[in-house]
Amino acid sequence: MKRVFLFIPVIVAVVLGVVLFAGIGKDPNKLESALIGKPVPEFRLKDLHDEERELTREVFKGQVSLLNVWGTWCPACRDEHDDLVWLAEDKGVRIVGLNYKDNRDDALVWLDKLGDPYQVSIYDPRGRLGFDLGVYGAPETYVIDAEGIVRHRHVGVVNEKVWERDIEPLVNRYREKI
Amino acid sequence: MIRAVLAALLLMTFGPSSVAQSNDVYSFDSRAEEQRFQTLISELRCPKCQNQNIADSNAPISKDMREEVYQMMSEGARNEEIVDALVSRFGEFVRYKPEVDRRTILLWATPVIAVAVGFLVVAIIVIRARRNGVNEPALTDEERTRASRILAEGDYDRKP
Repeated sequence: MKRVFLFIPVIVAVVLGVVLFAGIGKDPNKLESALIGKPVPEFRLKDLHDEERELTREVFKGQVSLLNVWGTWCPACRDEHDDLVWLAEDKGVRIVGLNYKDNRDDALVWLDKLGDPYQVSIYDPRGRLGFDLGVYGAPETYVIDAEGIVRHRHVGVVNEKVWERDIEPLVNRYREKI
Repeated sequence: MIRAVLAALLLMTFGPSSVAQSNDVYSFDSRAEEQRFQTLISELRCPKCQNQNIADSNAPISKDMREEVYQMMSEGARNEEIVDALVSRFGEFVRYKPEVDRRTILLWATPVIAVAVGFLVVAIIVIRARRNGVNEPALTDEERTRASRILAEGDYDRKP
């Protein structure tokens, strides 16, 4: 009986090892969005291209879309921009842009110069919708299904790898459900 | 000399944090309200800079969160409403003080369990030691006679 107790430290070490090993390589900066499975928060914001036009969450109804949060002040957004253009043009993905805490003129110059991958552009200079979405750092990209429900959030740059691994399967799955 | 060092140390500890907070100015009706605001923002965690509460963090998102807390307070919201509003946007992650529910019960109970196990181990050791000491004499009568015989026989009896 006593001998069995001698093995307790070994068992504890192995269990701790397994638990801690599982955490290695996980990025603690990537947080699961609190909105998964919930509708996009209500909003009333102006179109980036047209000050008169008001947009609401109706823009997400009827089609699976990506919602991309960006700003001209965000270097990583510049980094992913070409990939977004590629997604919109070559893959035919519907991308809704959320111009977050930015300046309208700067944003328009950016889209003019680098290409505009967004079918709809929401202008959110004060970051209200961003705040309601729980955006904590641009760029962030959300997968929104045809009913306007948030299905996935990707924090950071979207590139070909991220698209193929995390986003494309989801987009395809929710497209089939329409 | 010592005084100067102490003063420098104090400045080093308290200096930067008070500077960090002085960026935004909020006014409160009473000292109690201000205290409530301070407690709330010190118990909410910044999602961007993950080891800071929103009181200490300079990240823009923390500023927005402080703003929201202040807004909701001035609209008369209760503490739970304010925290829930932020949790519904940013997730459970922003609570530095998690709710006691089925998922977090182990988290809250672990210290108690650890202390209880410790007491149990100590109790078992004490009980065992006491039982051994009182009930079992070191040698039985038979062993005792044998021992005294061996001792009496002396060294010369030993065969190589």
